[in-house]
Amino acid sequence: MPVELMKGNTALAEAAVRAGVEAFFGYPITPQTELLEHMSKRMPELGRAFVQAESEVASINMVYGAACTGTRVMTSSSSPGISLMQEGFSYIACSEVPCVVVDVMRGGPGLGNIQPSQSDYFQVTRSAGHGDYHAIVLAPSSVQEAVDLMGDAFDLADQYRHLVFVVADGLLGQMMEPAELPPMQPLRTERPDWALTGANGRDPNIITSLELSAPALEAVNDRLQAKLKVIRETEQRSTENMTKDARLVVVGYGTAGRIAETAVKQARREGMQVGLFRPITLWPFPEQRLSALTDHVEALLVVEMNAGQMVEDVKLAAGGQIPVEFYGRTGGVVPVPEEIYDAIVESYEKLA
Amino acid sequence: MTSAVMVEEKVVYERPESLADVATHYCPGCTHGIAHRIVAEVLDELGVRDRTIGVSPVGCAVLAYKYFNTDGAEAAHGRAPAMATGIKRVMPDHVVFTYQGDGDLAAIGIAEIIHAATRGENITTIFVNNAIYGMTGGQMAPTTLIGQETTSSPGGRSQTLTGFPVRMAELMAGITGSAYIARRSLHNVKEINTAKRAIKTAFLAQLNGLGFSMVELLSTCPTNWKVSPAEALAWVESDMVPYYPLGDYKVAEEVKPLMKRR
Ligand SMILES: Cc1ncc(C[n+]2csc(CCOP(=O)(O)OP(=O)(O)O)c2C)c(N)n1
Ligand code: SF4
Repeated sequence: MPVELMKGNTALAEAAVRAGVEAFFGYPITPQTELLEHMSKRMPELGRAFVQAESEVASINMVYGAACTGTRVMTSSSSPGISLMQEGFSYIACSEVPCVVVDVMRGGPGLGNIQPSQSDYFQVTRSAGHGDYHAIVLAPSSVQEAVDLMGDAFDLADQYRHLVFVVADGLLGQMMEPAELPPMQPLRTERPDWALTGANGRDPNIITSLELSAPALEAVNDRLQAKLKVIRETEQRSTENMTKDARLVVVGYGTAGRIAETAVKQARREGMQVGLFRPITLWPFPEQRLSALTDHVEALLVVEMNAGQMVEDVKLAAGGQIPVEFYGRTGGVVPVPEEIYDAIVESYEKLA
Repeated sequence: MTSAVMVEEKVVYERPESLADVATHYCPGCTHGIAHRIVAEVLDELGVRDRTIGVSPVGCAVLAYKYFNTDGAEAAHGRAPAMATGIKRVMPDHVVFTYQGDGDLAAIGIAEIIHAATRGENITTIFVNNAIYGMTGGQMAPTTLIGQETTSSPGGRSQTLTGFPVRMAELMAGITGSAYIARRSLHNVKEINTAKRAIKTAFLAQLNGLGFSMVELLSTCPTNWKVSPAEALAWVESDMVPYYPLGDYKVAEEVKPLMKRR
């Protein structure tokens, strides 16, 4: 496939189309609207389902319905819309039906603004709806990675019958970058045996998140937790740069990770032994690799476009072995490499 | 000499195939069971059981998926029309219906039902109006009548405090995407038979791809109305029917021939 110049949101949408998404349900919200707009054109021209819903509450429940039939389905939104979808996420997770949700995060709380932010880390990794579970969360840092992870997201959703988020921020969503799209995958013709396809020659299939007896609901939770344990053990993903001899490692994901990389390279030029660790899965958090780094790394500096959310996971992974510093900007302010560089210098000077 | 007389037994009443052979949890005298039965009879008569997907509500009918012998899903409170939309859009050849109470459809889910109709979503909704929140123990519903006593309208529903009961059939009939909208009652055999015909029209509208269809069914809740089953049926007729008149509220031109053919 040729490399094309593409906007992040459009690339995410087209990557989903190529991955064989059969239905899209969504509601306009900046900064993800181009994704919905792309789908409004592409899905009908391919004979696939597209509905602009009346709200994010409705769109996630449409996703839930389509997911029950075993088709590849997705929605996309941004922070306030993701808040409205929480109910649906929880039902989807409990019912164990696969779907993909894109969250192009913006500044909050409240209506906030439409500037790039990472303020939804807790919302997607911790509290994606009531109950007791985690969703899988993938965080690309470039348009190409967004394209690649979109295909993975559908595969993971199907493999684990689970809710998978792809989180970007307004910068990644709006940015134009060259990227190569995958070839068009054929749509699946087979439906999984649990899917709602009509009780033709078999007993009825039921998809529900209701379990009235406590022991029976505990059994549902046990099954869900066993699945999450497997995901936690096998699906952690991250990338590293210059960590081998690093005394200080900067930890950042998505856009923050990318900006931090520029700052880390600058610090290297100035002779500091600094590396970069960029989580790709936010849940499961790549704790195995990060905690291994604490063997030789003397401190970690977490950089986020929020007031400090992932830093809690980093501290858990570091297990109190080494200090964990934090540098963040909020409200949609995107840090420039220079200020991260200054934070690196400050943390580096504290090393023994 | 006597000749043997062969007595031939004719089955005049049996369980529809579309109804599962299980006991329901509905209270004695509750008309939810009747509503299930006539929906199931219609699915049988139309021969669509094996390609039907039902969406249950949150409310007393939360377990309806266990009672219909069809594929089924359980929606979040009020979201059944959205969920049904998702199902129908990817399974357009299947018959998709929602079964919802008045709290589910007319309060928390009013946006979802109205927009399913505005889109002309080709699904069928069975709307059980019992003027109360049954499952949570008898609180005021948007359909509770003025003066009706509930656990959250002590002394009777006051219009100054809570406004007026919503007439959903009339509301839905005003929506262009609605193909067939009717209100029926389950308080006696004649009305039940009329209700069943309306349900059949609603499903036929869907099978013919004509758009959204809904049948509102006036239904009893003897438990939370705190009356006997017989008194409950009488109250439907004496108090509910005058405020919620029965009839067809929207019959799209293309639906009319379907009603004749039946
Ligand atoms: C989001 C949410 N809010 C509230 C409830 C609690 N709840 C369960 S059933 C119900 C009312 C159902 O009443 P109705 O739709 O009239 O059906 P009925 O039980 O009368 O058949 C409520 C409020 C819930 N399950 N979910
Ligand atoms: S509480 Fe009311 S609506 Fe619910 S099953 Fe009992 S009688 Fe029927």
